[in-house]
Amino acid sequence: MAVASSSRRGDRIYRGVAAAAGIGVALIALGVGVSLVASSWPSIREFGLSFLVTDRWSPVTEQFGALSSVYGTLVSTVIALVLAVPLSLVIALFLVELAPPWLARPVGAAIELLAAVPSIIYGMWGLFVFAPFMAEHVQPALKGALGFLPLFEGPPMGIGMLTAGIILALMVLPFVTAVMRDVFTMVPPVVKEASYGMGSTTWETTRKVTVRYGFSGLIGAVFLGLGRAVGETMAVTFVIGNSHDISVSLNAAGNSIASTLANEFTEASEPMYLSALVELGLVLFLITVIIQVGAQIWIGRTVKRAGGGL
Amino acid sequence: MLNGAGATFPYPIYAKWADAYNKVTGLKLNYQSIGSGGGISQIKAKTVDFGASDAPLTADELDEAGLVQFPLVMGGVVPVVSIDGVAAGQLKLDPAALADVFLGKIQKWNDKKIQELNPDVKLPDTEISVVHRADGSGTTWIFTNYLDKVSPEWHEKVGTGKAVEWPIGIGGKGNEGVAAYVQRVNGSIGYVEFAYALQNAMAHVQLKNKDGHFVAPTIESFQAAAESAGWKSAPGFYMVLTEQPGAGSWPITGASFILVHKEQADPALAKQMLEFFDWCFVHGAPMAKELQYVPMPDAVAELVRGMWRTQIASPAGAPVWQ
Repeated sequence: MAVASSSRRGDRIYRGVAAAAGIGVALIALGVGVSLVASSWPSIREFGLSFLVTDRWSPVTEQFGALSSVYGTLVSTVIALVLAVPLSLVIALFLVELAPPWLARPVGAAIELLAAVPSIIYGMWGLFVFAPFMAEHVQPALKGALGFLPLFEGPPMGIGMLTAGIILALMVLPFVTAVMRDVFTMVPPVVKEASYGMGSTTWETTRKVTVRYGFSGLIGAVFLGLGRAVGETMAVTFVIGNSHDISVSLNAAGNSIASTLANEFTEASEPMYLSALVELGLVLFLITVIIQVGAQIWIGRTVKRAGGGL
Repeated sequence: MLNGAGATFPYPIYAKWADAYNKVTGLKLNYQSIGSGGGISQIKAKTVDFGASDAPLTADELDEAGLVQFPLVMGGVVPVVSIDGVAAGQLKLDPAALADVFLGKIQKWNDKKIQELNPDVKLPDTEISVVHRADGSGTTWIFTNYLDKVSPEWHEKVGTGKAVEWPIGIGGKGNEGVAAYVQRVNGSIGYVEFAYALQNAMAHVQLKNKDGHFVAPTIESFQAAAESAGWKSAPGFYMVLTEQPGAGSWPITGASFILVHKEQADPALAKQMLEFFDWCFVHGAPMAKELQYVPMPDAVAELVRGMWRTQIASPAGAPVWQ
């Protein structure tokens, strides 16, 4: 009896601690939201919905609109994911399915090392090394080949939306790759063996069994990368060009919500300016929430349809 | 232990003074260079003993917060360029041309207005790339304050601020960001603190000052601007050193200000703090010049001490500085 009652007490404590931690996280997220709304209230009242649809950003006359920052956040994130996700998938598959162990281990370690590099390092490297490379080689080449598109207009200065997107891609790549690799290693060998047993090739097994089995895990990896790309401040600030104008050209300077905050928060002493910056933070918070909730709903539906193990 | 926070512009010299003073007296100073805006809000919140700002507060703003301010050191902001075929210090600009470049109205280096100012220089047919600070900064405040004074159109369209709505150009983060872009992009113009232009061997321009002379940025031309300024008639030491008179004055000069509370809850600590600032006025000049800052003229230091005597007191009303 004594054993049973003490284990029951252990259960109760365990349940209590776990519940407190879980509810605590939800409360913190709620608290962040509430305090963001409270601090941005003056700006919300002053500008209303026009805050979201105007791109005027004038601290001197206290006219604020978030459009250019929101646009830059979305465009740079999309560029980052379009570049990083396919590459991550290929690297992860290579590491798990194809590479011999003597190669897979050091490459895997190198990828984890990249994940540990602080974002300021990516920013400095981007500014001093990568941006000149973009200016001398990549942007002129793109302009030469695709110059008829408005996407590549403007002088090749090395910085701008495209450079920011590529730097972001490099930053999210290790995260996405590491999670995808873990997802693939967790696919039970027995499932793959069954596929091979039925005469499938490596390619067929990878495509129809491994990837499908780990599908929800893969989506999780993508959204982890997305979360990092959306909120990245330092590295983007160094290479995006920091202009509040919206330009279709990927060579042109732009900005993102995170870079605007990183640049302007410390020197914003006027109440309305500060409030507008906090409202930008609120918009970023809402974008993240919408993406996450949308992802959950989408995963729920897709996994049911596609079937998957993880 | 003294705590201060604020402007990044004077941070190197404050750090150097604090280190030297520590060796003399053992007093420790902790200065966080978080930006002028942060310095103002932290001193208002009383989380630090003094704040520092590159943009002075007006007398009304000071009164409202129960603060006093005084200038501790000065420096210059310098337009820098990189143009193929144009040597350092060779290019001459007048206020109207500089403003038109930053307004985006002059777009080529061989524009007639610039060529007329530089009859002896062969200017290339290169597009001008404007580079400005992306982060809010006291340097930008001083630079835009100058353009605001000299160009009615700038005043109308942009104004003065630590961050402004730039009509044109790309933004670099910090002096190093602006310097990196200007050094790399041919045909670019930006503005940085003088020490930064020197360290990076950047090509500065000559500017036409209020008296109509072309001057180069030097410690002497900053000092000339400071000496011509009418500190005596500036309530609350509200004084902006841009576009000052004087034949040798560099027109984009600025002072960095210290903010302290009028009422000092701990008079002993307050006295230590003022002793440190006094030491900076008396002994700090050589170190300041080494780092390309301009020390305050003695006459201004004496005005500041006079203000301390009458304005800074304990809660009981006893003066802290005698």
